[in-house]
Parts: sequence; C-alpha cells; structure tokens
Amino acid sequence: MTHKITDSSRRDFLKITGLAGGGLVLGLSLTGCSKPSALGAEGGQPVAWLKIDSENAITVLVDRSEMGQGVYTSLTQLLAEELEVSLDAIRVVAAPVNAVYVNALLGAQITGGSSSVRDGWEKLRKAGAQARMMLVQAAATHWDVDAAKLTVQGGYVVNGSKRLSYGALAENAAKLPVPTDVTLKAAKDFKLVGKPQKRIDTAAKVDGSALYGIDVKLPGMLHAALAQPPVLGGSLNRFDAKAAETMPGVKKVLATASGVVVVADHYWQARKALAAVKISWKAGPNASLSTEGIKAKLRAAASRPGRDVRKEGDATAAIKGAAKILSATYELPLLAHATLEPQNCTADVRQDSADIHVNTQTQQVAQGVVAAVAGLKPEQVFIHTTLLGGGFGRRLEVDYLTAAVEASKAMGKPVKVIWTREDDTTHDAYRPPAHDEVTGALDAQGNLVAWKLHLTGPSITARMFPAVVETAIDPFAVEAAQNYPYDVPNIAVTYNREEIGINVGYWRSVSHGLNCFVAESFMDELAHAAGKDPYAFRAALLGKQPRYKRVLDTAAEKAGWGKAPAGHFQGIALMEGYGTYMAQVAEVSVEGGALKIHRVTCAVDCGSVVNPNIVDQQIHGSILFGLTAALWGEITLAGGQVQQKNFDSYRLLRLPEAPPIDVHVIDSTEAPGGLGEPGTALIGPAVANAIFAATGKRLRALPIAKQKIVTI
Amino acid sequence: MTTIHVNGQALETNATPDTPLLWVLRDHLGLTGTKFGCGQALCGACTVHIDGNPTRSCQLPLGSVGDKAVTTIEGLSADRSHAVQKAWMELDVPQCGYCQSGQIMSASALLANNAKPTDAEIDAALAGNICRCGTYDRIRKAVHRAADLLQSAPANAAK
Ligand code: FES
Ligand code: FES
Repeated sequence: MTHKITDSSRRDFLKITGLAGGGLVLGLSLTGCSKPSALGAEGGQPVAWLKIDSENAITVLVDRSEMGQGVYTSLTQLLAEELEVSLDAIRVVAAPVNAVYVNALLGAQITGGSSSVRDGWEKLRKAGAQARMMLVQAAATHWDVDAAKLTVQGGYVVNGSKRLSYGALAENAAKLPVPTDVTLKAAKDFKLVGKPQKRIDTAAKVDGSALYGIDVKLPGMLHAALAQPPVLGGSLNRFDAKAAETMPGVKKVLATASGVVVVADHYWQARKALAAVKISWKAGPNASLSTEGIKAKLRAAASRPGRDVRKEGDATAAIKGAAKILSATYELPLLAHATLEPQNCTADVRQDSADIHVNTQTQQVAQGVVAAVAGLKPEQVFIHTTLLGGGFGRRLEVDYLTAAVEASKAMGKPVKVIWTREDDTTHDAYRPPAHDEVTGALDAQGNLVAWKLHLTGPSITARMFPAVVETAIDPFAVEAAQNYPYDVPNIAVTYNREEIGINVGYWRSVSHGLNCFVAESFMDELAHAAGKDPYAFRAALLGKQPRYKRVLDTAAEKAGWGKAPAGHFQGIALMEGYGTYMAQVAEVSVEGGALKIHRVTCAVDCGSVVNPNIVDQQIHGSILFGLTAALWGEITLAGGQVQQKNFDSYRLLRLPEAPPIDVHVIDSTEAPGGLGEPGTALIGPAVANAIFAATGKRLRALPIAKQKIVTI
Repeated sequence: MTTIHVNGQALETNATPDTPLLWVLRDHLGLTGTKFGCGQALCGACTVHIDGNPTRSCQLPLGSVGDKAVTTIEGLSADRSHAVQKAWMELDVPQCGYCQSGQIMSASALLANNAKPTDAEIDAALAGNICRCGTYDRIRKAVHRAADLLQSAPANAAK
C-alpha cells in the first residue's frame, strides 16, 4: 500500500518550504503500510519531514503546533539527534495538512493530549537516521568506499582527512532508496536528547518578530470585528447597519453563521462601527440557563446508576459490612481557556482555493470546516499554522475560523477577524463542570476496603468526535478515575453523561483535572478518617505500583514531608496521566484566614526526557495554570450568558502570586510521557489538602476563593 | 494626519485621534510586536514606553500621545542586545511568548529607574503583566540577571 499523494500536497510542501530546487527531501511512512521514499528535484513523494538543499540549508517541517510547549524545539531535537547536526543548523517551518502528519495517538493531525513527543519519539529519530544513512551512502558511492568506514560530524560525512557537506551530497542522496532497516542510537549515545537545549523560538519571542495568528498581514487585507449572540446557542434575529455603514473605513456589514461582522480598512474602525450596529438576537434554548440550574441538573442526573467504568470486587457489599463509611460530594465549575492571544483568523478565499492563516491545534478539522464554509474541496484549502499565543485545548475548536472565511468570500479579499477578550471569555467551549459522588469504606484497622466513585457531567467527545462515544463511555471524561492507582480490593467507578445545553471543550489536563480533584482530595479524607498520615496512607496502597510509589516518596522526601516549619501545613496528591507519573506537595499557611502558598514540590517520572529545559518550563507552567483555576477559576451563567468578561472578572494568576516550585525529575529510560498537562490536574487537590491540614476544613468545590474557608 | 515619534522616528498616521495607540502601532504602522490581550489595561501585553514610562497602549488614544517618545519592543534594541533581551534569551523565558514583549517592556522600564530591584520591587513592577503560560519564575530570575548584566556593562544600560 502506498499513500495517495495529491498534487496539491506537493505544491503545499514546496510552497511552505519555499524550496523548489534540488536536494534531499525526505518523505516517510508513518503508518507502517506505505513505502518510504525520497523526493528529488524531479518529483516523487512530496510529504516530508526534512529538506536539505545544495546550499546546506536544513529545513525541518514540524507537524505539531507550537503553543508554548516547545515542540518546535523538542521534535526537531529528535530528528537532529540521528542526523548528527546541532539545533542551530536547522530552520523549522510548520507542516501543511497531510495524512502523513496524523498523530498516531489521536488519529488526526492534532496537537493535544500531551502527545507530541510520545508520537514523534520514534518516527522523527527514524527520519533523521534514514536521511543520515542516505547521505552517508551517497558519500560512500562518491569515494567508492564502504559506507561503514565513514563517520558524520556537524553536517559533514567524513572519510579520514576528506569530508563532504550534507548539502553537497543531498542531490545524490535523494536518488537512493530510503533504508527500511534502521537502528536507532542507544540512549547512552545521545548528544542532544536528554540534555538541556535552548529553545529555537526564543530569539523571535524577545524582539517582537515572532508571528502569531493575530500578526498575519496579507496584501489588500481587510480587518473585521464580530458580534456573537450574547446567549450561548442563540442566533441573529435582525440587524440595522445604517449608521455603521457610513462610518470611516467601513467596507461592509454582514451576517455570518456566528454573528454580525463589520469589515473595515482597520480593526479599530471595525470595532467602533460594530458598536453602532443595532442587533437583535434570538435567545434560543438557553434563555434561562444558569449556573444553579446546571448544578441542579447534574445533581438530579447523579441519581441514575451510570455506566461501569471500572469494577473490581464488590464495592457495594464491602461498604455495607465496613467498620467506617465515608461519603462526600464534590463539584467543579466551568472554566474558560483564556489563551492570552484572543481567537483570530485570517482567510483569503478565492474562486478555486483558499489560504487560511490560523493558530490552530487541529489542522485537518480546520481544513475540512473551511472547505465546507467556503464551498471548496478540502485539498483546495491551505492551512498555514502560525505560532499560537497559548492553546490549552481552546484551539482544538474551529468556531473562530468561520466568520473570517465567510467575510473573505463576501469581500473577495483577505480578511482578518479578531475577537475581543470579552468575545473570547464569553464564547469559549468551557471545561465541563462535574458532580461527583464518592464513598470509601475502612475496616476496623483503618484499611481501605472499598472505593466507589460516581461521576456525572457532560461529554466533550460526544460533540467533537461523536463516533467515539456511540457505544463507549467518553474516554476523556473518566481518565484519572479509571487510573485510580491504589490497591483496594473493591473498586467501582461509574459515569453518567448529562448534557448541559452549552459546548464543553478539552481544557488542559481534560478529565484528569476533574477526576484528580475528587480522587485525591477524598484519599486525604479517608486517611484522616483512618487516623493515618495522608502520605503513609497512600504509600501503603502502592505496593504494586513502583512508578507511582517512587514519585510519591520523592515528592514527600524533597518537600520535607511532616517537617514543615511552625505554622506551615502540607498537602500531597498523586496521579498518572499521558504516561507520566507525578506527585506534588503544597506547603501553605493560613494566618488570620489568609491563604499563602509557600512552596510546591513536584516529583515527576515522565520516562525518557527529550529536553530538561522544556520539561522544567512545562511543569512550572502547568502547575500555575492549575493553580489559577483552583484559586479563582469559575465561569458562571445567568440567562444563558457568561457573566465573566475580561481579566477583572476572570482572574488569572500574576507574578506576585506565583509560589516557588521545586521540580524533581526521576531518571528513567522508559518511553517518554506527556508533560503539558499532569501538573495542572494535581495542584488543586495538593493545595486543598494542605488547606485542610491548616484549617480542618475540607474543600469539596472550587474555586477556593468562593468557598469561604480561606481568603486569598 | 497625526505625527507620532516611535522608536526614534517621526511617523505619520491617518488613524483618528480616538484610536488606541495599540492599534495604530499594529495596524497602521505594522509594528506587531506589541500585543493585544485584553484592551482594558488588565494584562500588560500591549506595554510600550512613553517617555520611558511603561504604558498600556490599549488605553492610550492616539490623540494623547503628542510629541512624547514611544518605544516598542522593536525599538528596544535593533539586535536583541538590550540587557533584558539578553537575559531573557539566556534563561529561555518565553513559552508561547505572547506576553513577553509586554513583560520585557515593563522589566526594561523598571531597570532604567532601579538598577538593582528586589524580588518585591520586581513583583510590583510586573504585577500588571499576565503570563498565561506561567513563566513567572524565569521572569523574576531574568530581571535579576539583566540587572547584573547592566551593572557589568553600564554602557549597555536601558536609556
Ligand atoms: S491589551 Fe492592553 S493591557 Fe491588555
Ligand atoms: S509565555 Fe505565553 S502568555 Fe506568557
């Protein structure tokens, strides 16, 4: 079987690299069912990871979106490791849409699920090795020597005192078959992987030259502002644009599927004119939707038995016969993603093709949706992925693409639509709320004999990938409940799907964030009920889980568990997600009711590390992302409208509020785990458990600022 | 037509006087290093220097700029040689990077007035700059590092 490669994808590649000349362009099979091949100047398979031109310029196409998590650096490192070149010798460009770039862990060209390094770990090292082997073989043929006698160094193939650059060899290398028998370096031989490497995108991010979606500028481009129905799920009734149409710079006022768009020469003109458009909206089915209503709906739905997620032993029977039974209900709020770069999209739609410049995490879906809206075929739509000013799952949605496409089509010109912060906060696909009921049973010695968790909430996947949930439970609703690591003889996890009328979306750590809060807070409740130390209580149940146990022990040891200074209190929490094991200890004080977080200690086993520098960044960032949510995060609804608008009402953590974070990475040669998300899920329960230690009061809902247990 | 002084140059724009400086810089003058985050002086992404003072350009109408000197990230140095930019690169501060122009403009304004800021002074000066990616720990370290760089090479000082 071979991949079917359309002409347009070859054009895409050449367009994106700007390199149509000779040299080595390496395309590879990812699925294992197609033959790899090289593409010379003459043609051949166009999809590619790598281009080496005769001038020695090395271009790597990165198929994952750079949203701060460092993929442009870490994925390039993998390829460069086997190619034996340094990172600064490489130019990175964003890959186009192509089946070859499908993320094997997610089944589409998607950046998410902390999966980029896990997915690229083998295939990119293999790509680098194949290219190197072809270059070496080309040199061996040139010198008429055995390839095994040659070495490579710094972009050259070396033969004793003679050497040839990769660039000089590229054209001949391209004519060779792509080797299929590839041996990858042993970890001990890594020169780049596992060593701290500077990010390749830093320079452009300190001088203002980094190009985000919002910065795209095309010749003849117009600017647009969008008004969306204030009630989620509402629609346009009618609008009167008479006053707006005569305002300076205004080109057109039009209705689109997502609302009213004003197109003007400049963005501020569009914004001002939009305010002058009189719009009447239809509220739709959510006219009376409120936070209280959603909570009540989930509470009521929780009385249904739910579907089995996990069942071991007989939890119900064990609870009946137990010496001590503990039950609690945990509730979590809706959350917004709040990427610092508001949603935006630039579209240039023409008769027979379209160029879309966008900060997306989901290129294939974007291509399909744009094609449908523009009335084109997917292969006529070219997605240019810009840098993302934050992603966090928000840009897995394509709601912010369509108005630009419709406006560009109507104007016959490129149009950039920029949402305001208020648009962004009030029209997100929010992190789902949760209503979770949990019961634990202890025997007379304080051993945990049964654990029963009943989850209720709406499904993200049902909307995003409906086929997945046709017969199965949404896997992204139950992650950390299913993963409950403790050795308890009777476990029952059930899940109830209950929709709430508005879109919910994947939000950094997805259901780990939801499930971990209840699972790890309740473990703390059980430990206290058993009269045991929360760390020791957990550790005793991890005899069969060495990787969990190790991070738990490490976090406790490094944090000085049980030895906090007078007036300081500690809370601990543990999880696995995305192939990464993590424990956190939060150290807090509560003086006069005021919470202060003094320190967070994080122990992580993420298997093989590609770039310790980026691991450190991701752990810091993910913990602060979760801490923001735990402290203040809540989206509320009244009359179907989101009540938070900007950063004054949707508060984000600031520099003075960021606690010191100690990161301890366990040495490991296991396959790499994902790192963008686990930290986000654990900080909530770690802090809540520390607050319990300090106050004796249990947080069973977030955000902390609203629960009247401590002040922040 | 309004003339404003940006990065040492007198530039003309036909934007109306009520247009926030942010959009004049980004849309009319093509200086997109200054970012839009909130439009309400709540996030600091749009921070520029006005006569050396860190200022939220999203809340500053063009008509109020007058002949004051506007410095944007593009004008901080021509070649990333400002001590703050050097320190930022040395410590690899940015993640997504979207907030960083604003962070750097706030940090450079602080150091121009306070050569050796304490942690508390850094916190106070940068509290208005949100970083959604959570780069705060490195920001703090990089401000100290930039202060060291400035002390060892005062010729390189922020103006
Ligand atoms: S955009 Fe000006 S402070 Fe946020
Ligand atoms: S680096 Fe992303 S917002 Fe600061």
